[in-house]
Amino acid sequence: MKFALFLGCTVPTRGLNYELSARNVAEKLGIELVDILEFTCCGFPIRSLNQDAGFLMAARNLAMAEKQGLNVVTLCSACTETLQEANYHFIHNPGTLDDTNQKLVKYNLEYKGTVIVKHFARMLHEDYGIDNIKEKVVRPLEEIQVAAHYGCHYTKPTKIYDNYDDPENPHSLDELIEVTGAKSLFYREKDKCCGGAILGIREIDALHMSKAKLDAVIEAKADALISICPFCSVMYEGNQKRIEKEFEVTYKLPILYYPQLLGLALGIEPIDLGFKLNRIKAKALLEKLESEPEPVT
Amino acid sequence: MEVIQAELLDPSFVEEVKNTPGGEPITKCFACGTCSVSCPVREFDEEFNPRKIIHMVLLGMRDRVLNSEFVWLCSGCVSCQERCPQDVTITELMMALKNIAVKHGIVHKAFELQAGEIYKFGRLFEVGDLNKRREKINLPSILEDPKPIREILDDFGVGEIARRVIEQD
Repeated sequence: MKFALFLGCTVPTRGLNYELSARNVAEKLGIELVDILEFTCCGFPIRSLNQDAGFLMAARNLAMAEKQGLNVVTLCSACTETLQEANYHFIHNPGTLDDTNQKLVKYNLEYKGTVIVKHFARMLHEDYGIDNIKEKVVRPLEEIQVAAHYGCHYTKPTKIYDNYDDPENPHSLDELIEVTGAKSLFYREKDKCCGGAILGIREIDALHMSKAKLDAVIEAKADALISICPFCSVMYEGNQKRIEKEFEVTYKLPILYYPQLLGLALGIEPIDLGFKLNRIKAKALLEKLESEPEPVT
Repeated sequence: MEVIQAELLDPSFVEEVKNTPGGEPITKCFACGTCSVSCPVREFDEEFNPRKIIHMVLLGMRDRVLNSEFVWLCSGCVSCQERCPQDVTITELMMALKNIAVKHGIVHKAFELQAGEIYKFGRLFEVGDLNKRREKINLPSILEDPKPIREILDDFGVGEIARRVIEQD
């Protein structure tokens, strides 16, 4: 299996633990990730100002992957949505792909619309497969229980993802967690948005939104929240101290990226999964896993 | 609650929205309010109320809508859009309203700043010295080449917004 890895803006600057763990997990599973240096921002922040400019940025990135004959995997859910939304837009609005290609000529690019865009988690779930992951698990994480955070753009809009997972009752990330041996908890507010998109517009609203989720995850007694989007992690981890201060609460809740969790079950060392880069240390969680599990009798 | 003044309403507003991608289905709304009860922003901020915003557009309250901060308050979570029984693509509608505001020269500062960063670096965040840190943990270097992105933004008039904020720096 071979994909172009689309990093976007946030992962390679603020989510190095995500990138490191995803790359090492992919290597362990025999999935080849190709870097295309010329990739830029996906276009997501620009769409609010001018949708066509955003779609052209997306198309330019997609055209570069298509030129190399590669489908794309992404780590950021907003990148996933923007690139896939562009694909959907070109299919459903006749003429838009031709207009786009006229503008891509100056970059020596053409986009035929063939690139399949998938989130890294979806690729693991759908293409690599839960059964195949199961075969590679060497250290089941049976001592811990975690809360899956799907975020918004991983499942929605469902029309662009061919109804891959049900946003009202999603299951794919729970299955990806359970295959590691960890328990995936059911908790209130599971479907809620992190609020990251409005952090710069009205900070207090965004903090309230993240707080609602953190409260519910603590209530469920999770050892960690499992994230698959760098901006959700910026909210839950990067702003956790800020929320604790603002609302006079204490969480100290570790926020792990899914590949960090999977990596542990695959026997990869925490240092190679970027655990040192987590702002809220997962010390207690790692200690729970330090003792060898009881042999099955 | 402010009284609505009929003489200030602009019926052409709803036409403009309907002609903007994402805004087309707005007249299908039958005001059930599923969007507002699904909205995670509305839960904490009464100012952002999708049903009310849709109704304001349908009434033709152009100035009130386009000059408001609430136009920029959609978190883009898509919950309302997924649940709307009338297939009003509300998330896309909010995107359309922002695009229309920009066309009329109204841009929220936060989006201006983002455009500025993307114009400078081709990305939302500068990589710069971070490449050294990346190298230390065996991550490949990131290329920073804003030229093609600048061309795209300039082509669509977004470059102007970006340059304005860069010059203010």
